[in-house]
Amino acid sequence: MSTLAPDRKAELRRDRSPRKDRLLRGMRTPGGAVFLLLLALLAAVIVVNPSFGEPGSLIRFIGRTAPIAIAAIGQYFVIVSGEFDLSMGSVVTAQVIIAGNLIGQDDAKVLPVLLLMLVFGALIGLINGLVTTLLKIPSFIVTLGMMLALLGLVLYWTGGAATGNPADTFRQIGRGGIENIPVLEILPYPVLILLAIAGGAFWLMRRPYGRTLVAVGDNARAAALTGARVWWIRTRAFILSSLAATVAGIILVGYAGVHPSVGRGYEFTAITAVVLGGVVLGGGRGWVLSAAAGAFALEMLFTLLNFAGVASTWRDTVQGVIIVAAVAAGARTWERRRRGASSATHDKQTPIAQPPAVGTNEGGK
Amino acid sequence: MKITSRLTSTHIVYLVVLLTIIAGTILVATAGRSFFSAGNVSSILTGTSVLGFIAIGQTLVILVGSLDLSVPYVVSLSSLLAAGIMANQPANILPGVLVALAVAAVIGLINGLVVSGLKVHGFIATLGSGLIISGYLATNYKGSSGQAPLSFRLVGATGLGPVPISTLIMLACAAVVLLVLDRTRLGHSMYAVGGDINVARMSGIRTSTPIIAAHIICSVLAGMAGLLLAARLGVGSPTIGSQGGYDLLSIAAVVLGGTLLAGGKGSLVGTLGGVLIFAMIDNIMSVLQINPFLKDVVRGIVIVAAVAVYAGRRVVSRTARFDDTPQETVSTRQEVGA
Repeated sequence: MSTLAPDRKAELRRDRSPRKDRLLRGMRTPGGAVFLLLLALLAAVIVVNPSFGEPGSLIRFIGRTAPIAIAAIGQYFVIVSGEFDLSMGSVVTAQVIIAGNLIGQDDAKVLPVLLLMLVFGALIGLINGLVTTLLKIPSFIVTLGMMLALLGLVLYWTGGAATGNPADTFRQIGRGGIENIPVLEILPYPVLILLAIAGGAFWLMRRPYGRTLVAVGDNARAAALTGARVWWIRTRAFILSSLAATVAGIILVGYAGVHPSVGRGYEFTAITAVVLGGVVLGGGRGWVLSAAAGAFALEMLFTLLNFAGVASTWRDTVQGVIIVAAVAAGARTWERRRRGASSATHDKQTPIAQPPAVGTNEGGK
Repeated sequence: MKITSRLTSTHIVYLVVLLTIIAGTILVATAGRSFFSAGNVSSILTGTSVLGFIAIGQTLVILVGSLDLSVPYVVSLSSLLAAGIMANQPANILPGVLVALAVAAVIGLINGLVVSGLKVHGFIATLGSGLIISGYLATNYKGSSGQAPLSFRLVGATGLGPVPISTLIMLACAAVVLLVLDRTRLGHSMYAVGGDINVARMSGIRTSTPIIAAHIICSVLAGMAGLLLAARLGVGSPTIGSQGGYDLLSIAAVVLGGTLLAGGKGSLVGTLGGVLIFAMIDNIMSVLQINPFLKDVVRGIVIVAAVAVYAGRRVVSRTARFDDTPQETVSTRQEVGA
């Protein structure tokens, strides 16, 4: 939007409501409400277990949740463009197994294999994207096929048992951190990676690419008519999603080690987090940081259940109730917005400047 | 091009079926066995029955524009309920079957109400209800439980010649559902609601009825699949459904059968073809003793490749919502002018 003349920009800024109004209005969308939900859950956890509120254990919680939040950010790009990525869990597993088998105890191999994993991730996304957009196959089917084929290939390669224990320098990415920080004791690397990715995603969604991505998700035909290359925009979203799964895999090697079921169900957890963040399946609506907040809300909920002494087998049930309730509430909000009932503050005509006094421009009458 | 444009997607599905049969005959012959031996045909048909039940229901749900991801858990729950109530007493077979199907119907009713009433996307609504059931199963059942009596187990084991009874029951269910789809008001409303829910409502259709009905039928058929599995195994198992991956496989079979994932267009006969393709490919790979991990690779590639065959042209054959072909715009303008 740099082409706008300076006075035009100033006009845009003047026409906006006050910051407080915009914040309040944002909090009433599903994407804003998830932050309130997150705060409420945090408060509940601290009430049940006060030691969770200490900065040290909070930062460790953020580090633990980083992989799923990163996966949710990746899934967001695909969902907001109106598609699905079901291959995410298989990509996570594949990358973990690649790291386990190729790195071994050799420190010199860490960097080349890291690069290889990123290239491999991008390639998977490229295939998903191109098959979806050029062959016009629903992405649900393409990524389902990729999920089966990729996991099968990787398990065939390793004979079904994931072996190998990558060098400690590699595992440090997931489990280590910068130590001797004043208040926090330790600043885990996953937190830094998450901050970098969240910042990058936030920036990307404000770039022309991000704006076009949302437009494509809202109405691909209209976006194509305005000159957007829909196929390439969607393909890049798939690449971003696979890269996010790759990064989640790299972090998980440090946390969970090499195991063939490490990525199982990751795609559904990521989709749940994204949807909990108020992003609408089908595309065109939602905010990227809300998707990450959705992941945190989900993990915070599990932490709460854990501290409250609920048997871990009930986790699934609670997760199910929460996502249906959250989406039902979100659907009502979006519906109200479409009817225009909640946008009263927006519709109110606030005079920007005093109307000209009668006769001032009439040449001294 | 002229021939392909006259073929419907159902025709193409059965061309793929034919192709698979030819490939299967050749491949199985190289292994020194016959594809058409009674034992092999029977094992292929047995392979179609469980997925068949679920895919029939999934077709209806996808036709109305929803999805059902809760089927694997309904399958497990129904197998556990039936086997648990029967407890090896032949007199308890009927109550066991009825309770299992009734519980499945209630789950379907709830799914349908959440999708149509609360306006939650079917993907999320059924992912949620699946998770809810999965938590219940994990909490209350530690392993397989219950016992199906011998007379009930015979349903899963006997057949008329090479055709297993279970496949016949599945085909009978398919015939009933086909009749509903093609000959009743409910079936036509399903297509209408899946095509465009707003247009359907403005045409005077109660849009929630077909959605709820589709979800109930889908869950009941998943319950039937659970009963069949209980008959085959003799016990109920809390993981039998999720191990089979029936949620995604049934959706793949439906799409393979030419039904549009967005709803409104598709056929049940095509779905049965899709299920048959899956069963035959599984059978061929078992006969050739292919590594089980490579089987998944082949399955994944077949799903994408088979859908690719007609994905491009189906988009064209779908009724356009907005005319973008120049000739048509011209002709409309002439009509307006005249």
